[in-house]
Amino acid sequence: MGRVVLVTGISRDIGRRFARAAASDPSIERVIGVDVVPPRGDIGDVSFVRADIRNPVIAKVLAKEDVDTVVHMSVIATPGSAGGRGTMKELNVIGSMQLLAACQKSTTVERLVVKSTTTVYGSSPRDPAMFTEDMGPKRLPASGYAKDVYEIEGYVRGFARRRPDVAVTMIRAANVVGPHVDSPLTNYFRLPVIPRALGFDPRLQFLHEDDLLRVLRHAAITGIPGTFNVAGDGMLTLTQAVRRLGKPSVSMPRFAVGRLGATMRQARLSDFSPEQLGFLTYGRGVDTTRMRDVLGFEPRFTTAEAFADFCREMAPTTEAPERVAAGHG
Amino acid sequence: MAEEARDAVVIPIGTGGRPGRGTGSARPSSAARNLAPAAKRSPRRPAPRKPAAPGPDAPRAVEPAEQPVAEQPATEQTAAGRTATPRAERIAEAAPTTGIPVGDWLSAFQGAAHEVFGADWERRLAELMAFARRRLEGDFEIDDYGFDRELTERFFMAALRPVAEKWFRLEVRGLDNIPAEGGALVVSNHSGTVPVDGLMTMLAVHDHAGRFLRPLGADLVFKMPVVSSLARKSGATLACVEDAERMLSGGDLVGVWPEGFKGIGKPFSERYKLQRFGRGGFVSAALRTGVPIIPLSVVGAEEIYPLVGNVPSLARLLGVPYIPITPFFPWLGPLGLVPLPSKWILEFGEPIRTDAYDATEAEDPMLVFNVTDQVRETIQHTLFDLLRDREGVFG
Repeated sequence: MGRVVLVTGISRDIGRRFARAAASDPSIERVIGVDVVPPRGDIGDVSFVRADIRNPVIAKVLAKEDVDTVVHMSVIATPGSAGGRGTMKELNVIGSMQLLAACQKSTTVERLVVKSTTTVYGSSPRDPAMFTEDMGPKRLPASGYAKDVYEIEGYVRGFARRRPDVAVTMIRAANVVGPHVDSPLTNYFRLPVIPRALGFDPRLQFLHEDDLLRVLRHAAITGIPGTFNVAGDGMLTLTQAVRRLGKPSVSMPRFAVGRLGATMRQARLSDFSPEQLGFLTYGRGVDTTRMRDVLGFEPRFTTAEAFADFCREMAPTTEAPERVAAGHG
Repeated sequence: MAEEARDAVVIPIGTGGRPGRGTGSARPSSAARNLAPAAKRSPRRPAPRKPAAPGPDAPRAVEPAEQPVAEQPATEQTAAGRTATPRAERIAEAAPTTGIPVGDWLSAFQGAAHEVFGADWERRLAELMAFARRRLEGDFEIDDYGFDRELTERFFMAALRPVAEKWFRLEVRGLDNIPAEGGALVVSNHSGTVPVDGLMTMLAVHDHAGRFLRPLGADLVFKMPVVSSLARKSGATLACVEDAERMLSGGDLVGVWPEGFKGIGKPFSERYKLQRFGRGGFVSAALRTGVPIIPLSVVGAEEIYPLVGNVPSLARLLGVPYIPITPFFPWLGPLGLVPLPSKWILEFGEPIRTDAYDATEAEDPMLVFNVTDQVRETIQHTLFDLLRDREGVFG
């Protein structure tokens, strides 16, 4: 008997693509996508249920459809489309709590896969070079995405304690890049001139979008419990990334970058949050030993390859004027 | 045309010993020159441009004739610079144009390249260009800690080497004590107001032992702009248990300065008196990974910036451990930043093995304290021996 997978956050591109990929997997019988708004693209064999995970309706969906695997990926990084920060927090935290409550009540759910992020580790000068899964942030995140994810992870751990029979897999994905990714970080790299903090060269780690889809599917199919860092091999510094992108960058003091980011956020040009500023100042590295040894997952793209793929996508739209301006033939 | 060319030989400087302006004998009179105004002006204006512009055929003709001459001495052992002068004369005689001929530019360039890069300058220059291109395209590798090996070797080490060799005249002893491979922990005393001793130790280990020393730095290092990125690129990482154990179990040669700011920021009157060795975190990291501890004693670093005062209130304001006052520093302005040229001795002591202990014994605080004291005593005694040994601070 195949599995019945429920995917939250299907209206976003990455959720929709994961649901489609999962639906084509032979070991998965049915995929149900849940979101507040209908998905924008083609969802193929995925059946869509319009439901808000912030209210108890979701429990009925779980029961009615005999869902045995829940893939929670509706945690959003930017208020952007949702509205204000308040709505974003509600969607992320209250939505996750409701979903977990529904899972706890459910008798059919056997597996829960949560797409988390390495942003929970924060970024500070007191960070170790590589975070392992046992480590926490040096300073608790004060606001924003990082705080939401930190709180959600707490609730997920609580759920795992209360329902030891459910295999809970938490995927802490590094910053996802790829041709289709629309995230604060990819928007940052899409800026025509890249602002950066003077005198800092952070180490960045990327995960290719295809690898993210693969690892979520891997987790949903194998059901190996635990928390896993997932990132491409190797590191890139911001200098390398900017130079490989072939874009000009301008270095300014850290506070000026923060001010610029706030201005751009108000003007809706780019989303440059405080935690992103921290990331782009101090960087972060995560250890992926457990991903290999326990989860048994091998990313196809290294950090550098993932970023190169992202650069290739940028080439047709930005390269032509860029090349003329920069003057390299 | 021929008339112009003839004129041109006379006017420029450096005519090779022939009579110049004002001697009268070989020159037309001023009346004669007034008769031919075009001829007078032409040698001054277009002539300097001639060699650069590809137009005139004269320098072209010179070039192929000169090329074999330039190549032969370069392949032989004679210096290219010596052949330059006779050739310049010959060019002036053979093709009497003004300005500096292309051949001269070429040979001067070759001479300079030879001077800078040595005998195989062509290969070295090509390497340098490739290096520059790789840097500009971001096509280089870093490791998990942000260590940029190529930049460190080609740039940081090259910049530090003259300082170490000419200014501090580094003398390194006990190099056999550094293992050729595998993880090891170098523990050193810390002094000198500015952590120059760390840089010199890194250079000494690289040049004499052929390994990279990976220093562990305080979090202040990674908080400061510029310093933080330089530190990561040269192989440093944060001094925390996680990083230390990760590096040691990865087989790296790790350097720690357990005295920290207490060590480099101590007054000159307390020179060569070891401060407290932290909380012994480095010992437990070595115990857990079973790597040897190599005590390193550095003499000479205390005298580079004699710390005679501090401005604690300003230091607190800026968030730094101390604001150094030396006999020269704020008073002489930037000149006060020049370190005193003390003579340095680095002695690597006999490794203290930790593989006999069980990894769980790292949890035994008494053992950790004992090993910490052992390392500290070793360094302190070696320091006293070296101080007795040296002939003078600047000797």
